[in-house]
Amino acid sequence: MVPEVLQMTDAEAAKLRRHHERRHRAGRVFVYAAAATAALLAAGPFVWSGLTAFKLNADLYNPAHNPFAFNRPPTLDHVLFLFGDTQFGVFVWNTLWVGLLVVAITLALGLPAAYSIARLDRPWSGWMGVAIFFVYLVPPTLLFLSLSRLVVALGLQDSTWSLVLIYPTITIPVSVWLLIGFLKSIPKDIEEQAMVDGYSRVGAFVRTVLPLVFPGIVAVVVFSFTLTASEFVYALAFISPTGEKPLSTGVPTELIRGDVFFWQSLQAATVLVAVPIALVFNFFLDRFIAGFALGAVKG
Amino acid sequence: MAELTATRTRPETPPVMPPRGRRRLSDSDSFLAWIFLLPSVVYIIGLVALPFGLAIAFALSDVSAGDPSYDWAGLDAFRRAFDDPVFWQSLGNTFIFTLVSMVLIVVLGKVLANILVADFRGKWVVRFLVLLPWTTPVALSSVSWLWLLDSIFSPIDWALRNLGLIEANMYWLGKPDLAMASVIAVHVWRLTPLAAVIMMAGLVSIPKDVDEAARVDGAGFWRRMFEITVPLTLPVMAVAALFGAVLTFTDMAVVYVLTRGGPTNSTQVLASWAYIRGIEGGDVAQGAAIALFLFPLLLAAAVLILRAVRRMEVR
Amino acid sequence: MAVVSVRNLRKDFDGGAVHAIDGVDLETEEGEYLVLLGPSGCGKTTLLRTIAGLEEPTEGEVLIGGHVVNGLPPRARQIAMVFQSYALYPHKTVFANIVFPLKAERLDKAERDRKAQWAAELLGIGHLLDRKPRQLSGGERQRVALARALVREPQVFLLDEPLSNLDAKLRASARDELKAFQERVPRTTIYVTHDQVEAMGLGDRIAVMSAGKLRQLGPPVQIYDDPADTFVATFIGSPPMNLVPRDGVLVGFRPEHLLPVEVVPEAGRTTMPFIVDRMEYLSGDRHVYGRVTGIGEETRVIARLPSTVETPISGGETHDFAVAPGRLRFFSAETGVRTDPVRLGD
Repeated sequence: MVPEVLQMTDAEAAKLRRHHERRHRAGRVFVYAAAATAALLAAGPFVWSGLTAFKLNADLYNPAHNPFAFNRPPTLDHVLFLFGDTQFGVFVWNTLWVGLLVVAITLALGLPAAYSIARLDRPWSGWMGVAIFFVYLVPPTLLFLSLSRLVVALGLQDSTWSLVLIYPTITIPVSVWLLIGFLKSIPKDIEEQAMVDGYSRVGAFVRTVLPLVFPGIVAVVVFSFTLTASEFVYALAFISPTGEKPLSTGVPTELIRGDVFFWQSLQAATVLVAVPIALVFNFFLDRFIAGFALGAVKG
Repeated sequence: MAELTATRTRPETPPVMPPRGRRRLSDSDSFLAWIFLLPSVVYIIGLVALPFGLAIAFALSDVSAGDPSYDWAGLDAFRRAFDDPVFWQSLGNTFIFTLVSMVLIVVLGKVLANILVADFRGKWVVRFLVLLPWTTPVALSSVSWLWLLDSIFSPIDWALRNLGLIEANMYWLGKPDLAMASVIAVHVWRLTPLAAVIMMAGLVSIPKDVDEAARVDGAGFWRRMFEITVPLTLPVMAVAALFGAVLTFTDMAVVYVLTRGGPTNSTQVLASWAYIRGIEGGDVAQGAAIALFLFPLLLAAAVLILRAVRRMEVR
Repeated sequence: MAVVSVRNLRKDFDGGAVHAIDGVDLETEEGEYLVLLGPSGCGKTTLLRTIAGLEEPTEGEVLIGGHVVNGLPPRARQIAMVFQSYALYPHKTVFANIVFPLKAERLDKAERDRKAQWAAELLGIGHLLDRKPRQLSGGERQRVALARALVREPQVFLLDEPLSNLDAKLRASARDELKAFQERVPRTTIYVTHDQVEAMGLGDRIAVMSAGKLRQLGPPVQIYDDPADTFVATFIGSPPMNLVPRDGVLVGFRPEHLLPVEVVPEAGRTTMPFIVDRMEYLSGDRHVYGRVTGIGEETRVIARLPSTVETPISGGETHDFAVAPGRLRFFSAETGVRTDPVRLGD
């Protein structure tokens, strides 16, 4: 029982102060320790990857060697191999342009759809929103069989364009769900004010709502891009020629001879891909969280 | 008697003007509602609903790599799938992996979210490092884990050996139990950052004065956590759980890359089994049949979670 | 013994750029209702939060019960606080809200429930115990917040603008309730508001603050009649005190003391010609807007004539007005601080 402040002696009060100071300091230490542990567990593999990318075969293929240090001098050979002798550059390029196009398509289709459901109160709006979310639950591993047939029928077999066509099935449902939440959190008066001021509904939307929902759009863009860059099943099923593959299938399937991976080049590829995406994500993280807080929490 | 200032003269009221023009199309709500929604609906029907129907059709056919023509086969493909004990193993594994992963992802994600909303120096760097598992394409990180869990070269084993904690290597991917644990661990490693980010949104939206009131009211760290923070972020935790469940349940990449479902199918899940049977095995019908099991189960889980979220809304 | 005192308190934000509290010394008297009054941004809420322990001072000390409490978290200070938004726990019932502070005190369940019941009865919300906050009206929520504060039997109540979220009609009755509450539970209370009507009505003493500094501390009558500087003089009173510049001094007199010369007794009065611009009728009083000359520079002033003064006044006229002796206040034009009276030649 904490002694009544008024009835305490000075000595007791001082002791209480010291007690709380200690607890406060312990709390700070704990936060730093926990953060360091989390960072280590999450990024440890990437540190290892970064080192491994520069290791000589003689260094790497020796179970006695310390995997977290250079036991032989580092070499650029494997990294050069990655850029010179594999299609890594092509894979990166494919993933990039597919990602950007898919994000554009997702916004172009998803934003109006979300607006329609969130704002233009039609009687069917409610369950349409739910239905769109449930589409997200239909897994690629179910659809890829039929979609391969479709892709062949459209003549897109073995073309990266098949991904541009199909990936929005993954990104649109979840983006629409998020965007509905973001839009609902913006009060209607703002648009109504613009409409009174002379703009049409579309004009009001573009001028007033779009700037306000920007954090939400950023969240959707970043999230969709990471989903697209990560996708594996469709890319594996639809595309065989090396030059058409995106990163996520190209790297694991091409950097291999028989059964043996080109480990060092692989790790170099992993780090080179992971770091920029994480940097961008981190840069937009606050906006992503703000958007999620707007939408998913209240929506 | 004192006077107020004289009554003001009324200004000329301007003549009433008729509203200009008719309502243009861009003002008609129902038209707009449809036109905005149509592209997405058409796209989804064309590329999801129809293929879904086609998948069901495949499951009821005898289509295979050798015989690509479509012939009705009734429930034959399902029978073939059920007769295979690997199917049941996959079904069980799918559940176990998803459930265990989900629990770990939510708990660890919550802890991580709390860490990331606290104030400390170097926070930006820690956030960057912690995001890496999620932002890396799943196939690439899984390949890295192949080496990290390798039976001969595993750096984890190396560290454990040098710390004196183990004698010989652990065969993370070779022994059935360890392989299952490894797959779960990679799922958790990959998805915890996403769960943490989602839950940060929840933490951030707790009104600051509610938290301060709890402090003034005498609640220490744990009481505040369990009586205030957790109940108020329960909806968001459920959303994070849902994402975690969906991404684990439908995952094929981690299992396929790490173990191909082995050793002896001990880590086989429905998604990878469907791919292996359907594409590598050439039995398209059976692949479809197996994959079809994913959807209703996921639907049920999602409905349950979303209903729970609705009941938890306290605002 | 002072229940709460702050010594030399300073609180900076933004790395020293913002001086939210700029050297404040304050001591409460036991059982008093002390109101911190000032415009927004003056530091009154920051001061309250620093006393509560939600902010740590940059410099200076906070004492509760004679002991320095710097560094102690809020829960160790034996205080209770009612926030502007009431900060009720939205997911808990009213009863759970009230019981919550008692859980930290390690009382057994029966004791906790008894105390919560007592607090609820005292505030007349015994019938609302099963409701959730979102089902309550603003006034009911205030009572729940008070019950939650009361239940710990703290030594100090801290109230942060609890009436500002209520609509105007409710505010008056809520204020009465606060007054009644204070009479039933006479504990030292520090109350923050920007509304001078609230302050004058509730406070035993008022601390007027501006820009992080304490301008004046005293009972309402003293604040009103004897303002320490021009800020207090013009902040309190509606309409505010008139200030006429004269040779480096500001001559101040309140609108209700500026009356037509006929109704002011002749002895010692100060007369001044008043050029009337316009008039407003407000609840029976006449507010006369115009300019005075003769005692300093020509200045726009307001006179408030009660309904008992029937002297005919109309716009455009010049009428002689006067201020009774002892109603003039003098301030330094440079610093705004109260100075000695200056002889005004008549």
